Amino acid sequence: MRQQVAVAAKVFIQRDYTNGTMCQFQTKFPSDLETKIDKQQFEETIRTLNNLYAEAEKLSSQSFIEGCLACLTAYTVFLCMETHYEKVLKKIAKYIQEQNEKVYAPRGLLLTDPIERGLRVIEITIYEDRSFSR
Amino acid sequence: MNSRDYQQIDPQALPTPAHSPLPHPADRRQEPRTPRRKWEVFPGKNRFFCDGRIMMARGCGVFPLTVGLILVTSTLFFIFDCPFLVKHLTRCIPAIGGVLFVFVLITLFQTSFTDPGILPRATPDEAADVERQIDDTGNTSYRPPPRTKEVLINQQVIKLKYCFTCKMFRPPRTSHCSLCDNCVERFDHHCPWVGNCVGKRNYRFFYTFIVSLSFLTAFIFGCVTTHLALRAQGGKGLVFALQESPVELAICFFSVWSILGLSGFHTYLVASNLTTNEDIKGSWSGKSGDGVTNPYSQKNIFINCCSVLCAPMPPSLIDRRGFLPPNESAQTSDADIEPPRLNHKNEMNVVGASLHLVLIVTLTNLK
Repeated sequence: MRQQVAVAAKVFIQRDYTNGTMCQFQTKFPSDLETKIDKQQFEETIRTLNNLYAEAEKLSSQSFIEGCLACLTAYTVFLCMETHYEKVLKKIAKYIQEQNEKVYAPRGLLLTDPIERGLRVIEITIYEDRSFSR
Repeated sequence: MNSRDYQQIDPQALPTPAHSPLPHPADRRQEPRTPRRKWEVFPGKNRFFCDGRIMMARGCGVFPLTVGLILVTSTLFFIFDCPFLVKHLTRCIPAIGGVLFVFVLITLFQTSFTDPGILPRATPDEAADVERQIDDTGNTSYRPPPRTKEVLINQQVIKLKYCFTCKMFRPPRTSHCSLCDNCVERFDHHCPWVGNCVGKRNYRFFYTFIVSLSFLTAFIFGCVTTHLALRAQGGKGLVFALQESPVELAICFFSVWSILGLSGFHTYLVASNLTTNEDIKGSWSGKSGDGVTNPYSQKNIFINCCSVLCAPMPPSLIDRRGFLPPNESAQTSDADIEPPRLNHKNEMNVVGASLHLVLIVTLTNLK
């Protein structure tokens, strides 16, 4: 026998393009989540994610050196090495899992990693609590 | 007092990623099938090879011709010109030629076989959410006019268009390629010579390819000319010398100017952080009004070059080699608990499953 957990609704946090094509998400608090989670908690999650994505795409001296070296090897290093972006994506995945466990799952919510949705949206699934009574 | 009626899911019973991507319990209803990868059901017009590792546009264009021309010219160079020049000039000539030749081929293959930055199409839930937000009239008898959304980027108003095929508002600088039927990020152009779109992820390969190809064709052209000049000096005359290597000379002569021109054009684009698409459309040339400048340019040539060519390599957003969930049509609201395909990375499947376990246990203990 299985527990039925119904998906009540899905909320989509869209991308924020005010700073260009960098991957950033809007921090505006969606109305559907008002009864579920604290606004500050939500904003903190989104802000941390935005900072992580900014770190992934940041043009630093390290990325410049990596880019030049890669060019000299005809970019074959990309086939063997994990890129800086991929390393940060792993960090992001870990952060989302941690947030889900500590903050969102206890409130009946689930964050989907944006990479699953082509970095277009952060999908938040709202679950109904359906309990069976005898 | 409500009693809970659930069965604790044993984490040990959950499929481990290393052994099998399919969940066991649900399969009792279906015949066991070979798990399919996502590239097999990819909606765009692309061709995949090596089990999804390599991808190209469906019509390869003149890619075989490109490879053929490079191979033929270089082979003729190594066979006919190198021996003569090594004898009369220096041994470095075939070495330099060899390095350039390998460089050109590698960057060509990288450009042709890499995902250019394709955006996966919106899921049905996302598409419904977007539709709900824009379409308030409820009039579905005719196709509504093109939908646009305005955003402010660096104090400039940019219009984002809605893509009817991919069912989403295209991010800035993204364009839908009709040949490949995909939205490509930072779309530059669809290049028939490489048989693929050129976009955010493979623009640096494309640029390196054309620059190194200009060096290669210029080098071969120079060597052939030197060879002919030395031969002509040898006494038999220029005309006789020309007859010995007409093919190479012809190919090189015509390629040098066009490839050099193309490299020069793309160097200008890189330095001003423009795409071919934007340049052709004149998006930032200011013809539509005053004060329209490129909002993506950093106003510094060096920084522009770095951000286009040396920025961290973005990941591929289409998970070509990920496995499809066993029940493809499982987009319904009421879903049985099964280990969710949260992430294409194998190690996250176990994490996703244990997370769902936490969710079940927590929800049932809420009261």
